[in-house]
Formats: sequence, structure tokens, C-alpha cells
Amino acid sequence: MKRTFTTGAATLLAMLALGVTAAQAKTLVYCSEGSPENFTPALNTTGTSFDAARPVYNQLVEFERGTTKVVPGLAEKWDISADGKTITFHLRKGVKWHSGVNGFKPTRDFDADDVLFSFNRQWKTDHPYNKISGGKYDYFADMDMPKLLASIEKKDAYTVVMTLTEPNAPIMANLAMDFGTIQSAEYAEMLLKAGKPEQFDQIPVGTGPFQFVTYQKDAVIRYKAFAGYWGGKGKFEDLVYAITPDPTARLAKLKKGECHVMMAPRPADLAEIKADPALDLKSQPGLNIAYWAFNLTKPPMDNIKVRKAFAAAIDKAAILKEVYQGAGQPAKNLIPPTIWSYNDKVQDFKYDPEAAKKLIAESGVATPIKIDLWWMPVQRPYNPNAKRIAEMMQADLAKIGVEAELKSYEWGEYRKRMQAGEHMTGQLGWTGDNGDPDNFFFLIGCNAEGKPAGQNLSKWCNKDFNDKLAKARTLSDLKERTKLYEEMQVIAKEEVPQYTIAHSVVFEPTRKEVVDYKISPFGRHEFYGVGLK
Amino acid sequence: MFRYLLRRIALTVPTFVALMFVTFVAIRLVPGDPVEVRTGERGIPPERLAEFRHQLGLDQPIWKQFVDYVWGLVHGDFGTSIVTNEKVLTEFAVLFPATIELSLSAMLFAVLIGVPAGTIAAVKRGSPFDHTVMGASVIGFSMPIFWWGLLLIMLVSERWGLTPVSGRIDLIRYYFEPTTGFMLIDSLLSDQEGAFLSVVHHLVLPTIVLGTIPLAVIARITRSSMLEVLNEDYVRTARAKGLSPMRVIGLHALRNALIPVITSIGLQIGTLLAGAVLTETIFSWPGVGKWLIEGIGRRDYPALQGGIMLISSIVIFVNLGVDVLYGAINPRLRHGR
Repeated sequence: MKRTFTTGAATLLAMLALGVTAAQAKTLVYCSEGSPENFTPALNTTGTSFDAARPVYNQLVEFERGTTKVVPGLAEKWDISADGKTITFHLRKGVKWHSGVNGFKPTRDFDADDVLFSFNRQWKTDHPYNKISGGKYDYFADMDMPKLLASIEKKDAYTVVMTLTEPNAPIMANLAMDFGTIQSAEYAEMLLKAGKPEQFDQIPVGTGPFQFVTYQKDAVIRYKAFAGYWGGKGKFEDLVYAITPDPTARLAKLKKGECHVMMAPRPADLAEIKADPALDLKSQPGLNIAYWAFNLTKPPMDNIKVRKAFAAAIDKAAILKEVYQGAGQPAKNLIPPTIWSYNDKVQDFKYDPEAAKKLIAESGVATPIKIDLWWMPVQRPYNPNAKRIAEMMQADLAKIGVEAELKSYEWGEYRKRMQAGEHMTGQLGWTGDNGDPDNFFFLIGCNAEGKPAGQNLSKWCNKDFNDKLAKARTLSDLKERTKLYEEMQVIAKEEVPQYTIAHSVVFEPTRKEVVDYKISPFGRHEFYGVGLK
Repeated sequence: MFRYLLRRIALTVPTFVALMFVTFVAIRLVPGDPVEVRTGERGIPPERLAEFRHQLGLDQPIWKQFVDYVWGLVHGDFGTSIVTNEKVLTEFAVLFPATIELSLSAMLFAVLIGVPAGTIAAVKRGSPFDHTVMGASVIGFSMPIFWWGLLLIMLVSERWGLTPVSGRIDLIRYYFEPTTGFMLIDSLLSDQEGAFLSVVHHLVLPTIVLGTIPLAVIARITRSSMLEVLNEDYVRTARAKGLSPMRVIGLHALRNALIPVITSIGLQIGTLLAGAVLTETIFSWPGVGKWLIEGIGRRDYPALQGGIMLISSIVIFVNLGVDVLYGAINPRLRHGR
């Protein structure tokens, strides 16, 4: 102990002079927002948890960094049968598992058993790991996997055959999502034998570019580059997630060089970040939508002329200017322009209060029309201030003889009540999971019985729209699917089940010495491939 | 003395029962539950919602949930976090040392500055120094912690570059596994050169922020208590004996004046823990305060109930300790008069 004090100062000076630059050059620090729930993505729903697990793992297919393109991951290639129901995955050979984490020494490379383990855990309720760590597999359920999967079988050590109950075009994009993460069956077995299966989700062993080192709750997560990574070793040695919940503190750390990349800057700080010569502000249109749903089960919202009048009454440009402050683009379709099949020919509603008044008069509904207008009590990536938007809409609606009463509830309660259809009109939004148009259009879709699904807040069921939605899911031809989605956008514009407000722009500041960092359309934070100058 | 002690301990029992009830009910009065909170925009089908609520026991009648919770507590089981599936007691044990370390530093800072400042202000009553100390203590006492913390970060860390922004240690230069959870001790045990200094450096700002309110209180109490004591006969006698002013003030006056100051330090423990909630959030300090805030956001009932019970127990026991100490010092209290 004494040595620390006697030699401490001298060594500190020497380190400051020599060692620090070298140490910093090989360590990338990411100022993240919070602690992960655990390190098994299948169990989680938050971006923070997915980000924490991502350096460690791979999926069969993955999203190319910075895009929504599905590329090979642990599956080198795959074949889809003519009927679209059978997918054969040809697995990559020679993929190594991380060694030495939690005392685990793998005796074999990644193979088909690991794929079966990872999906069966989520799918089969009698699987030994199904109930471990709470056993809630939200994404697996939300992406309809239990209904969609007929079987997953191992043909040989490096071939897996997935059979579906019906053809499903978005399946490859779904499998690239975090819940499709492949974990080690051998590690799971070791922990089960040791009677510590819950450690499987706390101390992760994967095939990914970074190996897990340590996690101190609410403080730090450490990883080190995995030399045996099948894609080649990362460009820096150590990856550190400094858990920093306050956005002001995150920015201060970034400016001081205590971290290299930070998540979610405050809109008010963007100008300051742009002006800082040490920082680089990257931006990209977000894969999201903010909308205002009209509940068609509540008159007069069932009257199309009233809906069209509302759409013409709202000054969208003013909302973009005042609420999004340059960090948003007007939305004329449900999907953002970065998603394939975006129909640019669709014309947005023109802001025209006079035309709106005329439409109200034609609708036969007596004025003043009394409605409620719900606003979300929270800030979301697609909507920085729902209350302000509601107030602006209220003022616009008043001009055409509509009295809108503003309403809000606690966030959980808000969504529950809206899904139950208690609102007349209300705001919500969506952030895409996988870049497939289906992942947006399902929001206004109905089930086979023609009943609106819970997330369909307009409670709008249009047969033509739904037939096209269902058909597009079964087609593998991209051109045919594109055509159907383009037509669906025309129908949605004509029927106005909702008023599309905006797609936000996502900003991510990094320090200038960070090279090749790419913003993910999904709001992911990925560091493999990133370098430090 | 023994009967007095027993009576004091017996009196904590209803306090605990009331506390259990209040934490249990208050959290459930907040709209939304742990299952709804995790579902996001997609929502959750009613049958899955019901299944999850059943798994978590949230479909049980409230009285049954309360009985189960109390039964668990009686058996030392504080529950399991819904979010992380870790035992609440384990999570608390990991995070609490960080809170203790910060709180003790803050208290040390408040005492080391507050007592001398209050003493000098009393001795130099009416002087510019006195006015400055009293003015500063009013400002300090009324300072919103969140604002003060952010202001110091922007000024001291960002603009002047004197201290790190947040965290407990320089993450790029130092890495060691925690042994005790107290970073000051762990950094010494790690034997990594400069680690201890880095920890001290990281402690500076959060200590000042958390210590500001207790500092203001202590300075004021020391001053008023000193003023009272300085007029006492024994101080006049000491002066008349020709003792040096330092000896009169330091030995005769301050010693007696410190009694109410020590009382107020005991009372400040609650303030410190409440302040730690905000300070830890601003400074990314991995303590129980930040953990509880997240627990509220995620409606992690077991973590919140267990965490609040554990923190409250500490406050109750510290107060019990203080009461017992008074009893020992002051026989009138002991005999219930």
C-alpha cells in the first residue's frame, strides 16, 4: 500500500506524459444512458439492453451497419423454397466462442445446436432455459414467431432448416433483429449443470467482435476485442460503456474527452455541439413516424369529410418549425422515405383552413364539433413535445369550428386506454424494428376476422388495404411487394385513418478522433468497424 | 437504561409496520404497472398481459400481495427485482457502498468547513466575515441540488477543466474488480498507481453538491450555538483567568457549542440520502439513489419496496442510536421525564 503513495506521484506524471495517449488510442468509451436489464436480447425490450449485448453476439443474418440491409451473419447463405415456407440456413464454419468468460472454455465451434438452442429457448415452454430470468420473450411473440414457426431442425452440424406455417417475406428482416441472437448451447449446459443457469443472462458468452469483461451496475460495462472473431479483430482493444443517465453530463464528458460517442443529445444542445471544433455531429432521418390517430368508432370521426377537414386544418409546417426545430421532416406517408416502397407520388394534405371549413359544412356534422385530443405525457424519439403539438392543433382546429379538449394520462395508462379505443383522436408514433414496410403498415392493419389489432388506434379496417397487407407478406418478389405497399399508401391517404405528422431526424455526436462511426436507422449503437485516430 | 433501550426498540416496530404499508400502497397508487411499462408503442395483447401479471403475482388481491411481502420481509427476503431478476438485497449491497462513500465525504466536507466557518462567524459577530458566511449559508440551504450540480459540472469540469465530469474513476486508465465497493479503499487495494488520486478527483464535485445543504445548516447551527455559549459564565471565567483566546474558544466554548451541532449531523442523514438521489443521477454515481429513481420509472415494485425499506431502516436505526446515546448522556430522558 505504501508503494502506492511513495511512487504514485512520479508514476502518475510519467503516465500522463507517455502512457495515456497510447491507452486512450486503444480504448473507445461510449457514454450510454442506462444499465441493461441483462445480456440476453431475447428477454429484453429496451435499446439500452440491446446495445449492451450487441458487441458480444451475432445473429444468423444481420443488418449491415448503418443501413437496413440484411446481410449474412452466422449463416453464410440461405435458400428459400419455392413456396416460401422453408428456409435452409448454411452456417459459417470455424466460428469461435469467447473463451475464459465466467470460467467457460468452449470445446467446439459454433454449430447448428446453438441455433436450435437459441430459438427453442424462446419457443418451447418445456425448454430448460425457457423460464430462466423471468422468461418473457416479447419480441419473439410480437413478431408472431410462435404462430409462424412450424419447426426448426438440424440437418447436419452446419445446416439448419426452418419451416414456416405460411410464407412470410419479412422473416429475414425479423431474424436480423436482436431477439434472433445466437447463444452458446454448451455454455448454457455448463451453467445448468453447475446449478447457476441465471448467470447465462448476466455473464454473456458469444461469437461477437468483443468479449465481455465486466459489468458494474449503473457504472460501467467493459469489453475487449476478440482476437478470434470470424470477421477479423476490431480496430481498438477495449470498449467501455460509461453509464451516464443525464444528457447534460454526457455532453460535458464528450466535450472533455471522457467519452468518444454519446447517445441521445438534447435538441437544445445541438447548436453548441455543431460549433465545437472537437466534435462531429452526425445526423440521419429516423426510421420513425409521429401520427395523430382518428378513432373511427367514435362519431364524427367515422365521417371521412370530417377527417379530411381536420387534415386540411393543421399547419404542419408550423409544427415542424416550432416543435421539431429543424430535426424533423414532414410525413405524408406512414413509412419514412428511407424505407423501400415509399410512395413519393402521394400528395400531402394542403394546409387550407377555408377548404377545411367547407368540408365540415359538407359533412353535415353540426358545429361546434367537440372532440378530445390526446397527447403523450412523454418525449419520444419521433415526437419531442406532444403537448405543444396538441396545443397547436387545438388552435388550428378552433379556426374551423372544432373544440378540441386536450387529454393525457400516465404513459402506460395512455397506451392501454388508446388501444382500448377510449380516445376520439390521439397522438402516438412508431420506431421501426427491422426496416421492412410491413413493420409500419401493421400499425393500421386488421386481423383475419377483419377486427382491428390492438396497435391499430384508428380502429380502421379497410378490406382492400388489409388484403394487400396480407398478400405482401407472402411474396418474396420485392417488385411485387413494392407495388402493393405503394398502393396501400394511396388508400391510406384517401381514407385518412390518421394524420401523419413527422419523421424525426436522429443526431449523434462523436469526437473528431472517432473514425467510421455510422448512425443506425434503428437507433442502435455499433462499434465493430469503428476506429480511433 | 436497559428498560429505556427496550422501550425505544419497541417503538420502532410500529414505525416499521407503517413504513411497510406506506411503501407498498404508495407505489401501487402510481398508475401503470411493471408489465405495461415494458411494452412500448406496440402494446400487449390482453392474454399476454394477464399471463405476465399472473407470473409476477400482480393478479392476486392486494391484501394477499401485502401479506406475501410482509411474510418475505419477516424472513429476510426483500424480493427479486422484476427488471433484472436479481435479489433486491444483492443489488442493494452492490450499490449501497457508493452511496455511503459519497454521503460520508459530503458530511466530512460539511463538518470540516461548516464548524470553523460558524465558529469564526460567531466570534466575529457583525463583521463582514459573519455576514458573508450567513448570506452564503442561506443561499446554500436554498440551492436546488440538480441545478447546482449541473452548474458546477459546466463551470468547474467543462470550462475550467479542473475536475472530471462524472463517474467514480477514470475508466480509460484504471480497471480493477471491486472488492469492498468503496472505491477509495478498492483503488488502494488495486495497487494501480494513481487510481486513488483519480477516485478522490472524481469525488470532489459530487461531494460539494451533496454537502452544500448540510454545510449551510451546520455553519448556522454552530454560529448560533457558539453565540449562546460565548455569553456563558464559564467562558467569561476562562477569559478572566487570562487564557489565550484560542484556548477559550477552542477548548471551553466550542466543545459545549458542538452538542446541538452533533444532533443536527444525525438529523442530516435523511437529508443526505434524499440529496443522494439527485446527486447520483447527475454525476452518474452508481448508488442506491439512482437505482430507486430507475425503479420508479420501470415500476419495479420489489426493488422500490425493498430499497426504501432498507434505506428507511438505516435512518430509523441511526435515529435509535442517537436516542439511546442521548439517554446515556441525559438521565432525564432515560427516566421518561
